[in-house]
Amino acid sequence: MKYLVLIYGNPASRAAWAGMSDEQKAEGLRAYQRFHEELERTGERIVSERLAAPELTKQVHVRADGVSTTDGPFAEIKEQLAGFYLLECDSEARALEIAARIPEAPFATIEVRPVMGLTGDVDFEL
Amino acid sequence: MIDSLLRDLIPQVLTALVRRYGDFGKCEDAVQEALLAAAVQWPKDGVPDNPKAWLITTASRRRIEMWRSEAARIRREETVAALEPPSFELVPQQDDTLTLLLLCCHPALSRPSQVALTLRAVGGLTTAEIARAYLVPEPTIGQRISRAKQKLRGAEFALPPQDQLPERVAAVLQVLYLVFTEGHTASSGSAVNRVELTAEAIRLARQLHALLPADGEVAGLLALMLLTDARRPARTGPDGIPVPLAEQNRSRWDASAIAEGSALIEHALTTTPVGPYQLQAAIAAVHDEAPTADDTDWPQILLLYDLLQQLAPGPMVDLNRLVALARVEGPAVALAELDATEHLDHYRADVVRAHLLELSGDPRGAHDCYVRAAQRTLSLPEREYFEARALRVMSEKPR
Repeated sequence: MKYLVLIYGNPASRAAWAGMSDEQKAEGLRAYQRFHEELERTGERIVSERLAAPELTKQVHVRADGVSTTDGPFAEIKEQLAGFYLLECDSEARALEIAARIPEAPFATIEVRPVMGLTGDVDFEL
Repeated sequence: MIDSLLRDLIPQVLTALVRRYGDFGKCEDAVQEALLAAAVQWPKDGVPDNPKAWLITTASRRRIEMWRSEAARIRREETVAALEPPSFELVPQQDDTLTLLLLCCHPALSRPSQVALTLRAVGGLTTAEIARAYLVPEPTIGQRISRAKQKLRGAEFALPPQDQLPERVAAVLQVLYLVFTEGHTASSGSAVNRVELTAEAIRLARQLHALLPADGEVAGLLALMLLTDARRPARTGPDGIPVPLAEQNRSRWDASAIAEGSALIEHALTTTPVGPYQLQAAIAAVHDEAPTADDTDWPQILLLYDLLQQLAPGPMVDLNRLVALARVEGPAVALAELDATEHLDHYRADVVRAHLLELSGDPRGAHDCYVRAAQRTLSLPEREYFEARALRVMSEKPR
């Protein structure tokens, strides 16, 4: 089953990252590399990406008077999406286990959401 | 004489090769060359003791030579195949097939690994085909299979002791049933070139039934698959929308599959101890044998669900039983029972409730339950179907 894991950063986690020494940042990235190598071995990572800084966000508004874009997220939104994983796991329990091991999990909010599948029993005896 | 022998063997040899190597076109070429070789050598040297094995071996060698000449596009698993020169053992002994099935469904493996390994090792599907069938990336399946093989490294290639056999066979049945269900419930067109998982599951179940003809549950599972798959031509309308059982055009059901499944289940029920697969097959047979939905023997189905509840209780059995109960004693009785069962907080319970409300003339209530089920399911085809039912119940004149 596929699960989408969403990683939300917050002002504290972003400040923590910004306050790290170069060596600490490099170690953080190495931790991710090791994590990904393991998920590569188990075949559970379909895709994962780290998102660029929140201030590079563009919002697209489609309204009756046309399409417009605005810069940036709203300042009052504290939690910003920082990255995501799409996993293929044998069970939800396994997806939660992997999510808990994301290196920045201690500083972030992690959400695990099941992905809709294309199989379903619509033919039961009604 | 040799000509007709060769002709009879072509489909079997080709099937063996396609199962092993994939790529029908190339296998066909290889089989053609093996036939040419046979046509030249056999009249001279005499027909071999095992002509089929001779042809498979010769065609396999030819197929591997083709790969060696396309080195640039050799995939890993094909390389492995090329490193193992085929032998006459390509035609496994019957016991080997059972041993292999039991090994692939070893209790040390997770269910998804058992499924992948069974399809690969016994079904002969490629990793790519399995990945396509399950809509996951190929490396995921590849890893699943290689991890499963690692786990089984110490396992003995032999039949388990007699006292473990029933439990081990039960695991094989569950894996085959899962493969069948995956194929049966996939929305049509959800993947291009999808391997026919239902056909594959039926084929493997047939093999298992041939190996264990006296096992009633094996016969029951095969019958259940045949009786369920028989309805497939009528399960989706021209627009691809699923058609519920009661509204299917029964003239489109596969009569020969129904006849075969019915005969199988009747024989099993009268000669072996009853079990859950047999009961489910019997229920499917009662549905399939009714000329119209209104002719369905619901009291018989209710009785079978009562037995199933004893033997293999579970929420899905409870819910399906309530549908039958509504047909026998009326929707009010079934609704009262549904209200009394607390463990059914599941979107399937919403669907059954919607159906019962529909029967009892409460379209608004039915609509709301269908919408709720649509919101809670993890399946896209189900969501679309429940939404369609919700719309329909509001626009229909009471039946």
